[in-house]
Amino acid sequence: MECFEKNMSTLVREVKRLAVLDSERCVGCQLCMFACSRRFGEGGLAKSAILVRSVGGIEKGLTVIVCRACENPPCARVCPTDALGQRKHGGVIFDSSKCIGCGNCVRACDIGAVFWDDETNKPIICVHCGYCSRFCHYKVIGVEKIK
Amino acid sequence: MNPREPLKRVLYIDLSKKSFWIDEREDLFERWLGGVGVAVQLFKEEASKNVDPLSPENPVIFSVGPLTSLYPLASKTIAIFKSPLTGNLGESHAGGRSAIALRLAGYGATVIKGASQLPVYLVIKEEEVEFRDASALWGVSNAITVGRILRETAPGQGVRTIMRIGKAGEKLVSYAAVMTETYRHFGRLGLGAVLGSKKVKGIIIYGKHTIPVEDKKKYREVYDRLYKLSVESDAMKRYHDIGTAMNILPLNYIGALPTRNLNSSRFEGAEEISGENIAEKKLARRIACAHCPVACIHIASIREPYPDEPYFYKTTFISYDHELIYSLGSMLGVKKIDNVLRLIDIVEAFGLDAISAGVSLAWATEAYKRGIVTINETLVELDWGNVENYIEAIKYIVEQPNHFYTTLAKGTREASKHYGGQEFALNFGGNEMPGYHTGYGAIIGYSIGSRHSHLDCAGYRVDQTIKEPPSPEEYVEMLIKEEEWRQVLTSLVICLFARTIYTVENVVDALKPLGYDCTEDELKKLGEEIYLEKQKLKIELGFNPRELKIPSRVFETSTPHGLLRRDYVEKALQHYAELIEYKINTSD
Repeated sequence: MECFEKNMSTLVREVKRLAVLDSERCVGCQLCMFACSRRFGEGGLAKSAILVRSVGGIEKGLTVIVCRACENPPCARVCPTDALGQRKHGGVIFDSSKCIGCGNCVRACDIGAVFWDDETNKPIICVHCGYCSRFCHYKVIGVEKIK
Repeated sequence: MNPREPLKRVLYIDLSKKSFWIDEREDLFERWLGGVGVAVQLFKEEASKNVDPLSPENPVIFSVGPLTSLYPLASKTIAIFKSPLTGNLGESHAGGRSAIALRLAGYGATVIKGASQLPVYLVIKEEEVEFRDASALWGVSNAITVGRILRETAPGQGVRTIMRIGKAGEKLVSYAAVMTETYRHFGRLGLGAVLGSKKVKGIIIYGKHTIPVEDKKKYREVYDRLYKLSVESDAMKRYHDIGTAMNILPLNYIGALPTRNLNSSRFEGAEEISGENIAEKKLARRIACAHCPVACIHIASIREPYPDEPYFYKTTFISYDHELIYSLGSMLGVKKIDNVLRLIDIVEAFGLDAISAGVSLAWATEAYKRGIVTINETLVELDWGNVENYIEAIKYIVEQPNHFYTTLAKGTREASKHYGGQEFALNFGGNEMPGYHTGYGAIIGYSIGSRHSHLDCAGYRVDQTIKEPPSPEEYVEMLIKEEEWRQVLTSLVICLFARTIYTVENVVDALKPLGYDCTEDELKKLGEEIYLEKQKLKIELGFNPRELKIPSRVFETSTPHGLLRRDYVEKALQHYAELIEYKINTSD
């Protein structure tokens, strides 16, 4: 039992986040975006919490936009219904049942990492599960420990 | 078909009336899958057989398929139209983000018909089409600039496609291309001119729909397996490492690299313009089409000093591939990398098909050197490797200042008909020759392939794997079989580079979780049917399988299988004609 508790506490303490390791290595295949939607077993991009786009034309290179797990997230601070709660050690946890779809969170995120699901009229929030990084063949994104 | 599947939705756009509507065409998508299969049927519904390719009545169909956006390497859009270059069925494929954008805007296909009075660009969204005034863009000399402008005015960053034509399309050059995401093309057979004739400068499509899947667990399983295959396969790794330009050296080594209008099949500059050398000295970036982990698009950078000021440079990014290095390099005797890249850049800026542009210039150079045409026609001296003059000549092809260039802008078949030199006008069915002089498979393939392209049935590949050619009859049957299977791949729609991953077993597996229950035999049969539909359509549009002409030059320049015999090729073509006639007669 003692051993179990010790393991649990290690698990709880080990908080991870999805990190953009080197966007210069990005080829723009967007497999991460499709992976994110596929977590729910769906195709397409409506549920994707990550975006890869060019920085003013493909010849100039690409940028990867995804939640960086802020320690003091502005998106959570502007949520009028507490649908976005602070995640321990960075990032936010989204409670869809509380969300009224006001879109404040989208406007509050300067890096544009709060995406919008037009099909549900609610934000799409990265949960830092790292599923997308399993399909990044070029090591652009990866999971790193915060704590 | 899954009732929530948006693939069945066909977006019709009438440019003359500036109107659009959406029809649900389950009938077509259930019978013909998608991609080429469906687009050919939509074309048949819309076009009359005598339609002028540059008239409002020529429809342009773009289509995608059931695997688009759901599986890796299903990254291509199909375009079907009547070609101003061959006067027959036009079919061209492009990647970039075009396929994903069309699919996720919620459509399986779009039919564009009529013509606008004013130049326009279209913005296609979920449920809506905007017709925007393109007067300010019409005549902009560089298609890359047009892309830059549209990027600023259009919504959907990261999930959109920006297709556009260059000046060549506006000026109705028969082999004008349509560019998408700057570096991908509906290159062949003149789609750019068709859009130009409709006064469509650009088409932006965006959307991010959900595509429903019936068996989610199985879908993820099959996806993971196909993903693993695509990133671990050797073939895919080669496309990523050096890209298609990896072909230059081996083709030159075996004596199959068309050089100086195919006066030779070896090029002394091959080492310099090889994929390996460009990768080492000029490669700046590799990029991918949306939903393809391979990233075969290779972009070189060149730095050119401005003559008027020291330390003042222009840096240009240029995408290159085997076909471009062949047509604007070895075929024109251009030996320096930077010069090949400069030619590629100008062809890109004007929006021309690089193969047809290069081969047309190669024909013109030989015609000039033989005195068939003079400086009065060509306006500049054309000589192998003279890049400055080739750049001038490319401008003339677009501007068409005299009868010679107006004719050359219609391709080598038309130009040689007027000026002579048909024996060295390297086209098949009116489409200029691709960069492989590998043997019988290549030549027969270019001739009998539905779009007269090396990608129809890949004879050039078979030539490189067999020791001795089989009988002409067997060779034809082998090539037709390959072309038939490719109809399935291009209806799904899979990039043909991934053909070794999407075997018939894997295609069946990939379709199953989406709710398609089909057997391997059914798929193969569908391929045969689509092939036959295309052959029938070609004949209706005026194609005669018994009148295929082969330029005699191909019999005068050696291949890895030696000099090709005309009687072998003729036997093959006769067998092809008989087979097609038999298939058509027994099909109804």
